[in-house]
Amino acid sequence: MNVLHFVNAFFGDGAHWHGYDGIPTRLAEHVRYCLIALAIAAAIGLPVGLVTGHYGRGGNALALLATAARALPSFGLLVLMTITVGFGLLPVMVPLVVLAVPPILVTTYESMRSVDPSPVDAARGMGMQESRILLQVELPVALPLILSGLRSGAIQIVSTATIAAYVGIGGLGRYIIDGLYQRDYEKVVGGASLVAGLALITLVLFWAAARCTVSRGVRRGA
Amino acid sequence: MIRIDTVTKRYPDGTVAVDRLSLDIPDRSITVLVGPSGCGKTTTLRMINRMVEPSEGAILLDGADIRKQPVNTLRRSMGYVIQNAGLFQHRTIVDNIATVPRLLGWSKQKSRARAAELMERVGLDTALAKRYPYQLSGGQQQRVGVARALAADPPVLLMDEPFSAVDPVVRKGLQDELLRIQDELGKTIVFVTHDIDEAVKLGTMVAVLRTGGRLAQYAPPAELLSAPADAFVEDFLGADRGIRRLSFFGSDALELRTEPIVAVDSTAEQIAARAVTDAPCLLVTGLDGRPLGWSAPEDLTAGAVHTERLISCGRPFVHGEDSLRAALDCAVLSPTGWAVAVDGAGRAVGVVSQQTIGEAIRGAHAEGRAEAKAGR
Repeated sequence: MNVLHFVNAFFGDGAHWHGYDGIPTRLAEHVRYCLIALAIAAAIGLPVGLVTGHYGRGGNALALLATAARALPSFGLLVLMTITVGFGLLPVMVPLVVLAVPPILVTTYESMRSVDPSPVDAARGMGMQESRILLQVELPVALPLILSGLRSGAIQIVSTATIAAYVGIGGLGRYIIDGLYQRDYEKVVGGASLVAGLALITLVLFWAAARCTVSRGVRRGA
Repeated sequence: MIRIDTVTKRYPDGTVAVDRLSLDIPDRSITVLVGPSGCGKTTTLRMINRMVEPSEGAILLDGADIRKQPVNTLRRSMGYVIQNAGLFQHRTIVDNIATVPRLLGWSKQKSRARAAELMERVGLDTALAKRYPYQLSGGQQQRVGVARALAADPPVLLMDEPFSAVDPVVRKGLQDELLRIQDELGKTIVFVTHDIDEAVKLGTMVAVLRTGGRLAQYAPPAELLSAPADAFVEDFLGADRGIRRLSFFGSDALELRTEPIVAVDSTAEQIAARAVTDAPCLLVTGLDGRPLGWSAPEDLTAGAVHTERLISCGRPFVHGEDSLRAALDCAVLSPTGWAVAVDGAGRAVGVVSQQTIGEAIRGAHAEGRAEAKAGR
């Protein structure tokens, strides 16, 4: 009885491939939660990181905030949110967003700070507006690092989104929780390997995104 | 004209970077700001395109306060070149150069055509257009920086230590290129450097600043070398300013001697006739007229000169084109103490002794003093 055996048994069972508890349904739920959480985290982390990084102010405050956010236990936050606002999507999103904002925010800030100041000086001296300097001079150079921040945020969301099952809204966590409860290790391993597979796909997607969006002039050596 | 009118820059912590500086920067010429670090030369330059705002005083461009127009309009009318070029690494060379035209709203096609034109102007192969900055050498990157600053044909060019990060050989090439471009385009260039030799070479006018941001002297380079205003300027110019000043005197007034020159195929009589008393050696020239080397008259055998036995004549100077400094240098380096003058094609046109050069230097100095007196 090894892990591979469990995996085979889980994916070989036709019953796992359809219905409301089937792999496609659970996978779709999981992906949906991840995308929403990542979108919200990026919507908070990217603009704040870009602007503070551009002006070079607020770095200490950001570091403090990020450390504090990282210290919050996701599961505890989920329970707390569920008690306060009840069951639903919101209590799941809060811990996921809190989890993903620090890596996105801090990496974006740091990536903007590490941009060579001389092209920025040249751009300003040529009469480029600050917004253009941020978006057309600094962002393209900072992009590889920004993407890596988004990537680590996304990976953490993918693995932590399993907690959605605790509040009854499904996702791949369902298999793990149910499996543990029912002592059905086939289900536990199956669910875990689906999460791991999803994390790997996320890595591949970010790698592809970097290939498409990062300029050849910046990418060399990276 | 750019008029810097009693400008002071004081930072919130009390440091004074520029102290009541007044300077008239003439049109269509290169004005160099030079001085030790901390003399406020870069701050002064950056006040012209308002990267730094003066605490007191004003800067006028053609009579109008530069604060009267929107800051980005002002900056787009002034080319800006910085140390290390500051190229956008994510953009190709052609797109880097097209930056300001694009900001001014030119079409992509027109901007790129203009960029290609400028690549040629600054001596860059247009095959590099699609490359990225990291694929270029430091010197090439700096050329791109100059091309980018010239792209929208601004009347003013601000250059902040543009050539100080490249090696001396490349730097000399870039300096010569800048002088050539300036001959063609006639921009109003303000150039910052800490290198006095660069200042003397490039400047039509040179402003020497001292630590604390005060003007020590503002003069053409020849005057700077001949009459430094005080001990600070003299010290900053360095020990051999007298020699360097000779760069400003032409060698055309030198009296050349043609007697001590023999062709490689001369007869014994010709050699004997050429041997003059005050020249210890004869210069042997090849059949094409180029100097081959020196030889004592008694070592010369008619029709069979052993060129490998000749004493090297070193690097000759071009008569009329090179300066007295070059001529003196040739004479000092020559084993015989005589310098060889050649024409533009490299043919020997005469020889001249250290003594004659010394007389020419004294004459030139006397002339310079007379001019200075007349000027006052």
